[in-house]
Amino acid sequence: MLKFLERTHIRIESLAVLAGLIVIMAVFSPTTGSGTRVFLTANNFFNIILATATFGILAIGATFVIAAAGIDLSLGSVLGLASVTGAALVVTLEMPWYFAIVGALAAGTAAGAVNGFIVTRGRVPAFIVTLGMLGIARGLALIISSGRGIYGLPDEVLFLGQARPWGVPTPVFILAAVALVSHYVLAHTPFGHHTLALGDNESAARATGVNVRRQRMLLYMISGLMAGIAGLIFTARVNTGDPTAGLNYELLAITAAIIGGTNLFGGRGSILGTMIGALIMGVLQNGLNLMAVQAYYQQMAIGAVLIAAVWLDQVRSRGRQAH
Amino acid sequence: MSILELSGVEKNFGAVRVLNGVDLNVSAGEVVGLVGDNGAGKSTLMKSITGVYSIDRGKVAFDGKDITGSEPGARRDLGIEMIYQDLALAPQQDVANNIFLGREPTKRLFGIFPSFVDKSRIDAEARLMLDRLGVHVPGIDIPVGMLSGGQQQTIAIARALTFRPKLVIMDEPTAALAVREVESVLKLIGQMKEDGIATILISHRLNDVFEACGRIVVLRRGDVIADLNRSETDMSEVVSYIVGANG
Repeated sequence: MLKFLERTHIRIESLAVLAGLIVIMAVFSPTTGSGTRVFLTANNFFNIILATATFGILAIGATFVIAAAGIDLSLGSVLGLASVTGAALVVTLEMPWYFAIVGALAAGTAAGAVNGFIVTRGRVPAFIVTLGMLGIARGLALIISSGRGIYGLPDEVLFLGQARPWGVPTPVFILAAVALVSHYVLAHTPFGHHTLALGDNESAARATGVNVRRQRMLLYMISGLMAGIAGLIFTARVNTGDPTAGLNYELLAITAAIIGGTNLFGGRGSILGTMIGALIMGVLQNGLNLMAVQAYYQQMAIGAVLIAAVWLDQVRSRGRQAH
Repeated sequence: MSILELSGVEKNFGAVRVLNGVDLNVSAGEVVGLVGDNGAGKSTLMKSITGVYSIDRGKVAFDGKDITGSEPGARRDLGIEMIYQDLALAPQQDVANNIFLGREPTKRLFGIFPSFVDKSRIDAEARLMLDRLGVHVPGIDIPVGMLSGGQQQTIAIARALTFRPKLVIMDEPTAALAVREVESVLKLIGQMKEDGIATILISHRLNDVFEACGRIVVLRRGDVIADLNRSETDMSEVVSYIVGANG
């Protein structure tokens, strides 16, 4: 078990934090009419996973990019862009339902490709490029939708967000599938090995024949694709292409990846760890909601968790270098 | 018969000419010492051979093939390996993965899923390689960054030798090592020579160069100004070429 945790970079601390949070929420959340704690109901469990699915998929994108010593701050905005693009094609332009999928995924991937192109060709720091894209994608989403939600998607699309095959919400299946494929790619393929090596020591990766430029380009496209998938789920869940969808989600996604053991400076990261991190954020948010903590305070809590996670990581790596 | 042939190699960085038309031949199994002052162009010349830098004029031929325009990966496949001064290792990845970095063997998982890195084969072959070279590390599954400088250097050499290279270029392989570790690196070079591997050794430590190399080439301001046989020269002559007292 310990060996498995080490190999997958899942931290015992993060499992402990998750367990601790669950206990706290179970004890302190209000009770239902029948006396059980609200937090512990099956319905609430699905609420958590549903909420986690959207930014959990974003966090997978963040993991790929950060593991290669990059960053993608545009994740939340690209989610919004993907949401309205898919909805506009189907609702406004009356195209067949599957254009909601094609449009969302294509919009996300294209935004990622633009990020990747400018980072690799223009040698502009990823921080700046994706910060710029954060503004551009959000603006574009508002322009496409004239600033209003695009309502009324066909049932086939809604299935992806609202159906419950075998009692389990569809987004949970999508999250699981995306996470499994991503884990395979990052942990078990040459592409994944090169991603970590690139984040660890770029000149080493280049010297051993890794096509660094192509690798980075693909990583930003993956990140964009994840934002596209998350945008699609968002649209399907609320039956709306929402230009404000995913606002501040990059904060959640990056925090989940960092808590999950991804090294902010590259070279280390795992999808399984990120999923634990995403669950921590999901439980935290859900618990604060149940305890009727105002959204303003929740924002502060999430921001504080991000800073604390990186701070702890710094303390740990200083400890590692000391001996 | 030369395995490596450089003719008229020129390289400029902006207005600065670093290599000034270099000619150099190296034969199979030959150990050539490349010496020169800082800024003489040694590292630039070597990176021109490995393909990290593309040259502005001249020709690089390896094993009878013109490789002037080839990518580093293609040259590596032909059998050119370089061990870098700044240790091109990925510190957070484990020893075995570092040895196979960029050339991970893959298989199909359950016979279905493609491109599955064969980690057990990587581990087994890495262990075999280190044993054969007599390299001792605490474990092949620990991050390379946890090892000492000498151990990291031997990992870098092991990586270079794993894929049966024909030419190995070593850039200051002994600079950061303890005396005992230097001996084992020089012994490794001797072992490689017997296997017919050509070696170019860049070093400031003339003792090491004289011990390991049969031939010594002196680079000065981008020119080869001396190509000496070890048995016909001595340290003071080499030093005088390096500092420019001989022209």
